[in-house]
Amino acid sequence: MEKLVQLSLNGLMAGAVLAVPAIGLTMIYAVLRFVNFSVAAHMAVGAYAGYMLNVWTGLPAPIAIVGAFISAGGVGIATDHLALRPMRGYSALTIAIASIALNVMIESAIRFGFGGRPRDYAIPLRRDWTFGFLHVGPQQIDNFGIAVIAMIILFLFLALTFTGKAMRAVADNPMLADSKGIDPDRMARLAVGIGMGLAGIGGMLVGLDTSIDPLVGFRAILSVFAAAVVGGLGSIPGAVVGGIAIGLAEELSLLAMPATYKSVVGFLAILVVLTLRPQGLLGARA
Amino acid sequence: MSNYLIAMATYGAIYAILALGLNVMWGMAGMVNLGIVGFYGFGAYISALLTVKAHAPIALGFAAAMAGTALMAALVTLGITRLRDDYLAIVTLGFAEAVRIVAENEIWLTRGTDGVSGIPQPLKSLLGADFNLAYLVFCLVILAIVLFVLERVRRSPFGRVLRAIREDPQVAAFAGKDVLKFKVKAFAIGGTLAGLAGALYAHYSSYIVPEIYVPLLTIYIFLALTAGGIGNNFGAVIGAFVVVFFLESTRFLVGVIPWLTAEQLAALREFFVGFGLLAILMLRPRVEGEGTKR
Repeated sequence: MEKLVQLSLNGLMAGAVLAVPAIGLTMIYAVLRFVNFSVAAHMAVGAYAGYMLNVWTGLPAPIAIVGAFISAGGVGIATDHLALRPMRGYSALTIAIASIALNVMIESAIRFGFGGRPRDYAIPLRRDWTFGFLHVGPQQIDNFGIAVIAMIILFLFLALTFTGKAMRAVADNPMLADSKGIDPDRMARLAVGIGMGLAGIGGMLVGLDTSIDPLVGFRAILSVFAAAVVGGLGSIPGAVVGGIAIGLAEELSLLAMPATYKSVVGFLAILVVLTLRPQGLLGARA
Repeated sequence: MSNYLIAMATYGAIYAILALGLNVMWGMAGMVNLGIVGFYGFGAYISALLTVKAHAPIALGFAAAMAGTALMAALVTLGITRLRDDYLAIVTLGFAEAVRIVAENEIWLTRGTDGVSGIPQPLKSLLGADFNLAYLVFCLVILAIVLFVLERVRRSPFGRVLRAIREDPQVAAFAGKDVLKFKVKAFAIGGTLAGLAGALYAHYSSYIVPEIYVPLLTIYIFLALTAGGIGNNFGAVIGAFVVVFFLESTRFLVGVIPWLTAEQLAALREFFVGFGLLAILMLRPRVEGEGTKR
């Protein structure tokens, strides 16, 4: 029982972190209608940008993560403009494969510059907090807090600002939005920028928990996809629910399976959801 | 040097069979398998374990590898081929990762990251030093058979239905074709070929480890197929040999560009693999096997 509560707590916090890049993926999908596999590489871009700010210039991690958002978002807009935008109009599958090629290019570029060895952030070593039988790492709490704040800012942006509403309109009905004078290209750039920026935050959060290397995003990508698919591809609240569901499932799987099988949980979750409820928990269409 | 060239040609033939398998799924039926490396590894492990642990004859290992991957491919697609194609891409990517993780962790069966060694090489004791050349000929003969059969399939009524499904599944269904059944069959055929390639590799190198079966290998096969022309069987074969040639020839650059480390060169090579795939997809807007431009 104690273990169950502990694992659920871990799962909740890991799930919130997972939800951030999953929102990025689902948001880009909602506006552009293709699965952008290069989310993995942009997670790494954010992780390394945050690393440079944190370790080289000495900024504390919670501030460096803003840099992770900006640089991953910037790289996202630039690479999308150069590599994927010329392909709009082709089948979603072709663009998805192009995004895999892009992913390989970005990850290789990072490996070229930084090498493949794991690197650690400069974060103070802190003792775990103990509440009765529960153990919580302060870094876990920090990451959870950063993830929640990022999501709250995003929801406020989407709910309250004109641009946010316009973006939801494009996601909902591109033709109608177009006829209302919303510039689809501008919305696409914005979705890619914010989406990849969120991926960058997610990459740095994952890195803060462990260490970073060029494949830091790729290793997490199956869980990120699982979160987005379980919640319903294209639904932002779905990505949050999906992220927490996958986080919980991965942690609770430790009760039955060795830890090395954690990343298979996401794959199984995708299979189960696609078989039973293809549109995902909160998705509208399959 | 000639030994090196023989080895390269053997890898080329094995990659060509993988590219042909991908072509059945993607080129002919329009389904993307991002986990082809998983089926390749699955087949390799089936044949390796059967021949090493159960001392089964090599021919049985090959047969089981092909049957096993065919079955697995059918299972993976059965539940989800009704859904949109990008879901299949995600699921197959996950499948490949699952195969690698199982191979890494079920140590009692696969010996984990140590890998399976001592996989029997056919007629090795008889052939001795000539084994490598003989095995290359063996691979080329199998490649020729596969190519011949697939060309027949492509022109058969079955191949035509696959093309119809690729162009528009709804119209094919309206014409009375059981789309799901055709898709599962196409995937099983592609899976069979990946399993065959896996067994060919295992009994050639005599040693397999999970780290061989990384997603990058899938990218190589995608590059081979797109370079040769999606939907084109002969192109897939040529593309596979070109990709192996590119990957191997760039190895010799280590001495030529002294200011780059080996790791940086490897990164550069992967960068150009990605760039090549992207450029080909961009420059070939509408080739056979591609979704219609909307």
